[in-house]
Amino acid sequence: MTLNPEQLLTFSPLHRLQWEEVQQKTVILYPEGMVELNQSSAEILKLCDGTRHLAQLVQELETTFETSGLTADITAFLEVALDNGWITQN
Amino acid sequence: MAGLLKTNTPPRWLLAELTYACPLQCPYCSNPLDYTKYKSELSTDDWKRVLTEARKMGAVQLGFSGGEPLTRPDLVELVQHARDLGYYSNLITSGYGLTEEKIMQLKTAGLDHIQVSIQASSQELNDHIAGTASFEHKQNVARLVKKHGYPMVLCVVIHRENIHQMPEILAMAEALGADYLELANTQYYGWAHLNRDLLLPTKEQFETAEAIAQAYKEKVAGKMKIYYVVPDFYENRPKACMNGWATTFLTIAPDGVALPCHSARDLPNFDCPNVNDFSVSDIWHDSKAFNFFRGFEWMQEPCRSCDEKEKDFGGCRCQAYLLTGDASATDPVCSKSPQHYVVDELIATARTSALSSNEKPLVFRNSKNAGRRLSD
Ligand code: SF4
Ligand code: SF4
Repeated sequence: MTLNPEQLLTFSPLHRLQWEEVQQKTVILYPEGMVELNQSSAEILKLCDGTRHLAQLVQELETTFETSGLTADITAFLEVALDNGWITQN
Repeated sequence: MAGLLKTNTPPRWLLAELTYACPLQCPYCSNPLDYTKYKSELSTDDWKRVLTEARKMGAVQLGFSGGEPLTRPDLVELVQHARDLGYYSNLITSGYGLTEEKIMQLKTAGLDHIQVSIQASSQELNDHIAGTASFEHKQNVARLVKKHGYPMVLCVVIHRENIHQMPEILAMAEALGADYLELANTQYYGWAHLNRDLLLPTKEQFETAEAIAQAYKEKVAGKMKIYYVVPDFYENRPKACMNGWATTFLTIAPDGVALPCHSARDLPNFDCPNVNDFSVSDIWHDSKAFNFFRGFEWMQEPCRSCDEKEKDFGGCRCQAYLLTGDASATDPVCSKSPQHYVVDELIATARTSALSSNEKPLVFRNSKNAGRRLSD
């Protein structure tokens, strides 16, 4: 599956994104499984709430972290996320 | 010593076996052969306390299983409590007795996912293996689970009686719209150990079925995830059982006995602590049972000096015990085990049984057979 830059990004309703206090990490929970996220992946996924497409998401993160040139990294991660079913488009 | 042990990793996965009661009679059931001996069940408040304590330690995945967890009248209440604590809760059910109303109540209470087991792709075989007419109902439950927005996981336990249905099982799962299909090759503990000669497929059957499942995986990529749980009898290395003893998994049996693995109750002279007597934290960190096979100190040769021990932890303790009589032995599935011949022999015995025309019948999991086993 390839990412469509025109379409909105939504975190999958079949997964749950949650902060775990004991591990001090954000995790993705799904049937009988769990993925631990690093901080940047967690920040990206939190913005996948069905209101932004790729460019908007990149821009927002670049503003928050006062940096630029994140497009390639974010796109690569979102493709992994899409492949794993963590996010959906349309 | 107790102080030092606090560096243990915390439990991540809590399996709450709410009850041994079950309307089905699967001949591969992982419940103990003498399950009727354990009549007492934890109260609602005890379960709530256990969930609270384990969550505080870091457990996040929670499985409600049994037996059939739906037979507990307080299931919805426990699900609600789990949701309040932030667990991701999985209901592991035969689907028997699950109504649309219950599915909706559980959803409101915060249940995350329902795993429905189906025994085969045809009514006749399903009802035979389950020991109960349940095929139509299970299919219906699977559809309702989906309808109410749960991720739908179908679980089919694979063995010699149904392995030939692999193509039909895959097609059935796809037609039902499963998000995940778990093809769980039988693990030979409990009742499955007893029925092994009748359940263990031949190597050819395994290989054919696996090739079909792997090909299908590609066909449905992006739509349905297929988990293929490999049987380790045909491998050269054992499975990394439980991700290492008492590192990740915690099982609580219906009567409150805490187990590092759901079969550990069958290990001899293995005094497993009960949550009625100790806190979950004390059990996890300080009990003898949970520390018994932690780390590598307990190992014998060839595991002790093996450079693969951090990969598979010497295999499964319950399998080592069931097949060699010694729970600290190298899992005999490993080709380095001096007792590996035991596995070759049991494969040969099952094969002979498969080819013979008068196999003994399966022993179904029910109270009559449990009672009979006890008086043997
Ligand atoms: S394996 Fe079958 S008999 Fe055993 S608890 Fe599950 S549904 Fe019941
Ligand atoms: S000898 Fe023990 S540690 Fe080494 S591969 Fe075999 S089971 Fe694993």
